[in-house]
Amino acid sequence: MPTETFIEITYLVATVLFILSLKWLSSPTTARHGVWAGELGMALAIGGTLLYRGIVDYKLVAIGLVLGCIIGVPLGKVAMTAVPQRTALSHAFGALCVTLVGTSEFYLRAPDISPFMMSVLSMEVILGSLTFTGSLMAAGKLQEVLPQRPITYKGQNFVNLGMLALAIAVAAILVMHPEQVKLFPAMIIIPLIFGVMLVIPIGGADMPTVISLLNSYAGLSAAAMGFVLNSKLLIVAGALDGSSGFILSVIMSKAMNRSFTNVLFGGFGQIQAAATGVQEQRAVKSATAEEAAAILAAANKVVIVPGYGMAVAQAQHKVRELFDALTKRGVDVTFGIHPVAGRMPGHMNVLLAEADIPYDKLLDMDAVNGDMAQTDVALVIGANDVTNPAARTDASSPIFGMPILDVDKARTVMVIKRSMAAGFAGIDNPLYYLDQTLMLFGDAKNFVGNIVRELTGAGDHH
Amino acid sequence: MKLDLITSLYVFMLAAFIGFEVIRRVSPLLHTPLMSLTNALDAIAVVGAIILAGEHKTNLAAILGTIAIVAATSNIVGGFLITDRMLRMFKSSGPKRP
Repeated sequence: MPTETFIEITYLVATVLFILSLKWLSSPTTARHGVWAGELGMALAIGGTLLYRGIVDYKLVAIGLVLGCIIGVPLGKVAMTAVPQRTALSHAFGALCVTLVGTSEFYLRAPDISPFMMSVLSMEVILGSLTFTGSLMAAGKLQEVLPQRPITYKGQNFVNLGMLALAIAVAAILVMHPEQVKLFPAMIIIPLIFGVMLVIPIGGADMPTVISLLNSYAGLSAAAMGFVLNSKLLIVAGALDGSSGFILSVIMSKAMNRSFTNVLFGGFGQIQAAATGVQEQRAVKSATAEEAAAILAAANKVVIVPGYGMAVAQAQHKVRELFDALTKRGVDVTFGIHPVAGRMPGHMNVLLAEADIPYDKLLDMDAVNGDMAQTDVALVIGANDVTNPAARTDASSPIFGMPILDVDKARTVMVIKRSMAAGFAGIDNPLYYLDQTLMLFGDAKNFVGNIVRELTGAGDHH
Repeated sequence: MKLDLITSLYVFMLAAFIGFEVIRRVSPLLHTPLMSLTNALDAIAVVGAIILAGEHKTNLAAILGTIAIVAATSNIVGGFLITDRMLRMFKSSGPKRP
């Protein structure tokens, strides 16, 4: 069999394995097979490529592969709390690879490039370079090396859209006149700046949407690279990644009640400005760890609602102890997880799974809301806006229409919170003033620890 | 050449449909591993980078190609490692199997 045919066959098998890989990921019981299928497909495709006769310089390839492994291994071993910034960083790396390959292909082929080829090549480098800097910015914000506060200024959208239009205009000129080689660097530099500007106005709570969107861009740029190189394997992988990112962006934007255009045009973080509602001082009821423990122990059904505050306080392992203590007493404990809880899609599930909480106790919003009326206690830990009943009832609220966890329908609501400060969106939460709500003031980790101590006997001395 | 591009468009369209249908079924439980896995698979772009660096047509292409290999390989290695680590943590409360 000619080598070329053999290589194509390895690519075909790799394509099948990639699709199976994602198919198996649909359920936790088969998900690890998905990883193995992906690894096998990857090994086949790389092995096949190395047989390619055109390769004369194996030294450079080897250097690249070895350095990549040296950087990749520590990136695969980061703590679970650092997964959002690691993910953003890997989007940046993927986009970097695509941009560099696109740049090389342009200089190798110019000026002999057909209009269609130049169009996809432009798409590849524009999406690639804006995803590169945008993802680096997102990673920097998540790692807290950059200010997390959204930075906004007047005419921001105008400036951003103007830059994007300029990059597309440069691309259009190159499509018609690919011999204008001098223009090419502009088509990289403008999107690089655009990527930075796009993520500057984004605050922490919008990160799940932004990471999903950058994921989608990274996939689309890789698919465009597949068109340029005429590699069906790359087109398929890019299309899978692109549609995955797209689906997640849609889920995230729906969960925040944003329109998709609002997300696409970087209209993030607009809510805060509108939200300086009436700050009336109303009375809240608070409770001690001892009282909270007594109520929890008497309950039949408890739903725990975690938010990013739980991750910040590193409280997930104490929450597991609480789960164990209550389960031992015969209380039915489940977790209600809002799609945008945390800093990336599925963030809370990973943190709770790491703390050894069985995944069949981690329920999504719809599953939990159906049972909320039969729930004795809803315990909110480090979540705020996603439990705000104003989203359902108050048409003037900035978050009106956003799907929430209906914790206010539970018989008793307990909220662990440092103080009465407002949440991300700066909106007062009427949940805290309800008759059945008890505020548990303190650090999430310490407070949950104290409840556990009461439940496990240390509190039986009285 | 023209035909190749049309074929590529067909492939893209079909793969996007498959992607939608398959990924829609992924439980929200696994959205984080989904993102790290698709990211690792996306790094198949390394094959383009390998050819670019290996062919060594110009020094520019070879250098950019090598950097691209480093970026993509670190995504492959890191992406698969962390996805597997995450998936190992997801345990059911049902009867334990060895």
